[in-house]
Amino acid sequence: MAENSKSAEATVLNTKILKKLKGAFQAFDTKSDNTVDIKEIGTIFYSLGFFPTQADLQKFTSEVEDERSGYIHWDRFLPAMTKVLLEDKFPPIADELLLQAFEVLDIEKRGYLKPEELTNYMTKEGEPFTQEEMDEMLTAFTDEEKKHIYYKDVIPHLTLERKM
Amino acid sequence: MGCGTSVATEKQGETLEQAMKAAVLIQRWYRRYMARLEMRRRYTWNIFQSIEYAGEQDQLQLSSFFTFMLDNFTQLNGNGPDLISQLLDPVVDPWLDRETCYNLIHVPESYTGPRLSFPLSVADTNALLSAFKDQQTLHARYVLQLLYETKKLLKQMPNIVHLSTSYYKEITICGDLHGRLDDLLLIFYKNGLPSAETPYVFNGDFVDRGKKSVEVVILLFAFLLLYPDYMHLNRGNHEDHIMNLRYGFTKEVMQKYKTHGREILQLFQDVFSLLPIATVIDGKILIVHGGISDQTDLDFLSSIERHKVKSALRFPRCSLEHLDISQSCRQTKRTRSTDSSRPSSSRSQNKNQRTPNTRKKRCRLSRQDSAASTSSSSSSSSSSSSLCSPRTPSCLSPHAFPSSPCMPYSVNVLQVPFLDSLSSIPLPSPSQHEQEWKQIVDILWSDPKIQDGCSPNTFRGGGCYFGPDVTQRLLLQHGLQLLIRSHECKQEGYEFCHNGKVITIFSASNYYEEGSNRGAYVKLGRELVPRFYQYQVSRTTRKLTLTQRVRAAEGSALRALKEKLFAHRSELMVGFQQYDQNNTGRVSVCEWALVLESVLRLDLPWRTLRPHLARLAPDGSLEYQSCFEDMGPGIPLPQVTPNLAETLFRYRTDIEIIFNIIDKDHSGLISIEEFRQTWRLFSAHLGVAIDDSAIDDLARSIDFNKDGSIDFTEFLEAFRVVHKLDSKDQQLHEKMDGEKRTG
Repeated sequence: MAENSKSAEATVLNTKILKKLKGAFQAFDTKSDNTVDIKEIGTIFYSLGFFPTQADLQKFTSEVEDERSGYIHWDRFLPAMTKVLLEDKFPPIADELLLQAFEVLDIEKRGYLKPEELTNYMTKEGEPFTQEEMDEMLTAFTDEEKKHIYYKDVIPHLTLERKM
Repeated sequence: MGCGTSVATEKQGETLEQAMKAAVLIQRWYRRYMARLEMRRRYTWNIFQSIEYAGEQDQLQLSSFFTFMLDNFTQLNGNGPDLISQLLDPVVDPWLDRETCYNLIHVPESYTGPRLSFPLSVADTNALLSAFKDQQTLHARYVLQLLYETKKLLKQMPNIVHLSTSYYKEITICGDLHGRLDDLLLIFYKNGLPSAETPYVFNGDFVDRGKKSVEVVILLFAFLLLYPDYMHLNRGNHEDHIMNLRYGFTKEVMQKYKTHGREILQLFQDVFSLLPIATVIDGKILIVHGGISDQTDLDFLSSIERHKVKSALRFPRCSLEHLDISQSCRQTKRTRSTDSSRPSSSRSQNKNQRTPNTRKKRCRLSRQDSAASTSSSSSSSSSSSSLCSPRTPSCLSPHAFPSSPCMPYSVNVLQVPFLDSLSSIPLPSPSQHEQEWKQIVDILWSDPKIQDGCSPNTFRGGGCYFGPDVTQRLLLQHGLQLLIRSHECKQEGYEFCHNGKVITIFSASNYYEEGSNRGAYVKLGRELVPRFYQYQVSRTTRKLTLTQRVRAAEGSALRALKEKLFAHRSELMVGFQQYDQNNTGRVSVCEWALVLESVLRLDLPWRTLRPHLARLAPDGSLEYQSCFEDMGPGIPLPQVTPNLAETLFRYRTDIEIIFNIIDKDHSGLISIEEFRQTWRLFSAHLGVAIDDSAIDDLARSIDFNKDGSIDFTEFLEAFRVVHKLDSKDQQLHEKMDGEKRTG
């Protein structure tokens, strides 16, 4: 029973999702030849609502890349993505977890992080940011007057969803 | 400290692990956020590009409207339409070729700007640089003198300039600048001023769109005069007086030079048409502004008289001489040109001899009156171009005419008035003049495409799309190895295509919007390996984050898109209603997208943009009327027919230009009579049925002060034609300018 409904659901999903996938893919198909640059795969994933880690992305890319050409063709992208969808490989992260994450880093529970502290975490821990990413984050989220990052204010920006 | 330590360490370990997990989480969220931002940036980019290209297609109608206006304009206020006729159909004014034209202009003591002395020296170019950095304007006298000298110099140059790297260390090639003085100054700062050590090629499109076109082009010409061996300029498709009418250069000149603007524009027209059309380096690298076509013949191009092609939008004369009709024509023409000092009188002489409707009928190739012979003459080139114009007036639909300015070869036989009867003339095969025109237009307007082959460039309305095979063939044919061109904005300022055989170089950063793209220039040394240098002018970008930039760009792109929707409202509604026979006001998202595609012909991801443009009903279908809501703030409209409002809206740029031309003293006011006449003409030309009384009512209601004059800015705003946001943007920029200077 469960099997049937799951596959039926899958077919329904496919038509709508297919359009979404195609749309996202085409946005990066700058040469109009049904390929995208592998560097854009992360962006495509995120834009579709997934949360792969960098390691996940690496793995995915290596499986679908066209012989180290630096490009991925739609014909390989689609089945791989379908698998990702059906297996729910990169589930979304709940907003609440994001708040908790910040609170973990905010040891003294001040309600904010100092730029140096955030930089330290983001560039040294986990899957480190590049300098560019760090600069961008700081510029975007540091409060101008107090020079602190009030993460409770930042979270709504990060999580704001536009229904695509 | 004893057992305390191990506990502490364990706790520490746990904390560290937690911290790491937390960091990863935050990073993932953040990257996702940035990725979504990047998507939006892409879509925004697509919107801008599509609209830009679609806008260029509208060129044709403005050009043919001016032709129409020339032919039918009755005298306003006793002043003939001399600006228009001067701009479109210039009588060779010998006065402008003589030195006294600028010598007679007095420069007051109070003028603190640069006083150039010719021949120019480095002191002069330095003076210009600092003056322009300080927002000063060069006095008209010097502008005219500069242009006159430039014209003299350019006359001696060939169509295709050949350079050699053996004389230089490295040549720098820059793309479109479009009046962005900041970008030019940045290039000079980073790369050095033009000199023997730093030779430059500027690949066209110096003017239009940006606010400092005058300054940009003056600097370029000044350096050209200073170092004619080290400074090279190619003509771009915007070095064209008709393009300038629409894209801002004409307006900028008239605003900065109220007294002498017209003479200055006249000289610019000559100078632009004298710019070389191509540069070749070491016989290996071809540099042109747009591209090539499968007909491009460099040898032929070298041989033609390039200055004859004044504008891509003035179709070459289907010359009456060629059709062997016009003895009388030639005579009248000659009278006109010798009588140059009084153009209006010769015009009125011709006018008396023809009936007002003759020209209009001729445009439609139908029966003529007997007064035909003289009617065939006056405003000669404009009339022949309307013969050849592919535009038929009676269409609101944007695609009723062939989209490239090509000859109407489909008409096999021309009915031409000759004396008392009609003669059937077989249409001649493309004349020399037409071929020359096409070759130049191809060079200035074409774009590369991915697929093989060569097809008319429907987006732009001129030139071709050329494929890798066309490139390959041309390069082989002439022993070249690379084609460098500009003409298209690229996010990184440059781009390769056609297997590395074509480089696009674009030098106006932030072209569409603050933060939209980088600018770049390319350097070539003796080994002819290109090296790219990118930059981004950041008067305000430093203060804005990517988020803010994307939001700003997106906002303005969406606004532009919504305007497009509004401007095509009636056609869109017709389209929607075809899918909504039961009048529910709803269609599916797919159907909505289909209609938009077919009416607007913009290649955009409509489904993705849908949330910004239209509302969904609870059942998931789309309420199509919602596309036309929310056009921004505006004064409540006077009662007008929807037809009129829409027409106003769609052609607002054209209308603005026309108003600006009519408003000779730049007061911002035109008389009611002028307004009425312009309106009647415009709507007649477009074939829009607008009641005379409706126009009168409109005029009366717009005359808010009841003083017989109309402030046309208010008029345009009243129809939500000019977004109030434009003035807000202006204030914002000024504010940030102020901050930048003090901060």
